[in-house]
Amino acid sequence: MSAPLFRTIGLEKTFGGVVAAKDISIDVMSGERIAIIGSNGAGKTTFVNMVTGYLTPSAGQILFDGHDITGLDPRQTAQAGIRRSFQIAQVFAEMTVLENMLIALIAGQDGRPSARAAITPERIDIARSALDRFGLSVIADTPAGTLPQGTRKQLDIAMAAVGDPRLVLLDEPTSGVSADEKMAMMDTAIAPLDASGATILFIEHDMDVVRRYADRVIAFYEGTVLADGNVAVVLEDEKVRKYVIGDSHA
Amino acid sequence: MMPTLDFRRDHLFVAVLALLVIVGFFLPSWMRFLIQTAMASGLVALGVMLQMRAGLVSFGQGLFFCIGGYAVGLLAAKAGITDVALLLPAAALAALVIGLVLGLLLSRYREIFYAMLTLAVSMILYGLLVKAASLGSTDGFNIPAVSYFGFVPDQAARPDWSYALTGVVVLAGCLGALAYLRSGAGAMLDAVRENEIRLSYLGTSPRVLVFVVYAVAAVLSGLGGGLWAISSGHVDPEMTYWTTSGQFVFVALLAGRGSVVAPVMAYFLLELLRTYALDIAPNAWQLILGSAMLAVIVLLPRGLWSLVARART
Repeated sequence: MSAPLFRTIGLEKTFGGVVAAKDISIDVMSGERIAIIGSNGAGKTTFVNMVTGYLTPSAGQILFDGHDITGLDPRQTAQAGIRRSFQIAQVFAEMTVLENMLIALIAGQDGRPSARAAITPERIDIARSALDRFGLSVIADTPAGTLPQGTRKQLDIAMAAVGDPRLVLLDEPTSGVSADEKMAMMDTAIAPLDASGATILFIEHDMDVVRRYADRVIAFYEGTVLADGNVAVVLEDEKVRKYVIGDSHA
Repeated sequence: MMPTLDFRRDHLFVAVLALLVIVGFFLPSWMRFLIQTAMASGLVALGVMLQMRAGLVSFGQGLFFCIGGYAVGLLAAKAGITDVALLLPAAALAALVIGLVLGLLLSRYREIFYAMLTLAVSMILYGLLVKAASLGSTDGFNIPAVSYFGFVPDQAARPDWSYALTGVVVLAGCLGALAYLRSGAGAMLDAVRENEIRLSYLGTSPRVLVFVVYAVAAVLSGLGGGLWAISSGHVDPEMTYWTTSGQFVFVALLAGRGSVVAPVMAYFLLELLRTYALDIAPNAWQLILGSAMLAVIVLLPRGLWSLVARART
């Protein structure tokens, strides 16, 4: 069996006396599509923030592609090949959709002052074809700030996917999106990520979305991993039904 | 396409500015001197404008204007080095070194803290210069006539030479700023202003970008100060006083962030307005200036350059 792409060992985060995450040990194989579920305050976002370097773990270790990335900052984890999207879309509101993609390209590759122009016809082509893959090319010249929330989230995900990162974390990609648009939203977001060979972790509250798009589920509860494994098995787990899904019939 | 990142036509605007500089050669000498000092100061306003693209207001850009001016002044008047081939690089270098050191500290701060810290540092220099009796204290000191790559123009031709030097260096400064804005570090300044967190998660350090823009602005301002010193033949601590810095901010706001030539042209408009306002209303010229500023802010929030930008689309 090959080595995992990504692995956390005994990850822990405390804020004063509050334990936000405790003993989180997860192995992620390359190409997996994993849903992270859990009620509010279960530690899902804390986990994502630790993995991407926004928070430094109080204890434990994060390994990515065999390297220890514990304690790196967001810029360094991004350069290492881990990108994320946000629960509330983080885009550059005054710029057009195409410009947002161009900034994503430049930020990943070219942060130096030089005589060479950063916005080249090649980069515009790359940005346009990326927008195409995410179904956003018709709004390429629209300012991102004027887009509806759902479209903004798609742009956010498209920006996270720029440069073909190896691991992409999506923080609640379908929150704030109307119920009948959720599946379409996931279809347009997941397919191009899959095609690029990215390993995907996404936080999700809608179990229909989880069943349809994940091949593994990790359930968080009070900062710890309650269950981890096959979708059908985890979602039928008695404790998961009781504490995470909140199914009164369990 | 691309209202914020599109500088493809700026070479054209620099060419227009070059043409205006040449036209200036044939204008009356008082007007030409106005253009000359406006261009030198415009380079400093350009430095302020670059920082504004990153959402940062430097309320102490006079610091580097003064450092550039005093570098030229000290070398020419005290060390006997009077050739522009050494004076201007020295002005730029002095500003760069101080800019790099202060940049390490300032790149950690944003918003009002950045504005106040830049102001504080510039006033520290003011305080030091005022105390320095050997440098003429508040009066400053005069600078001897300079030579141009070994050539010493006679008295009558001096204004022509210093005008030409200012024109060439300011145009080069505009082209340099343009190359910077088109490079990766410059193109991302708007992204720093809008959403730093997002930018870090895309793989870039906003702090490094702020550090770089501060240093670039320092060099431009140092050059502006050096040119101003050569043009006026005099330096004094007023160059780093807060009202001087305020004027650079005023001009950067007046101009807008749309083009590298906008601050230079806006500085000239300001000087022109001030001259005529003084002429028309010697006791109330500030009232006219203030009203003009108010009108621009209310009617053209993106600065005078938005008129040009609007005409393009």
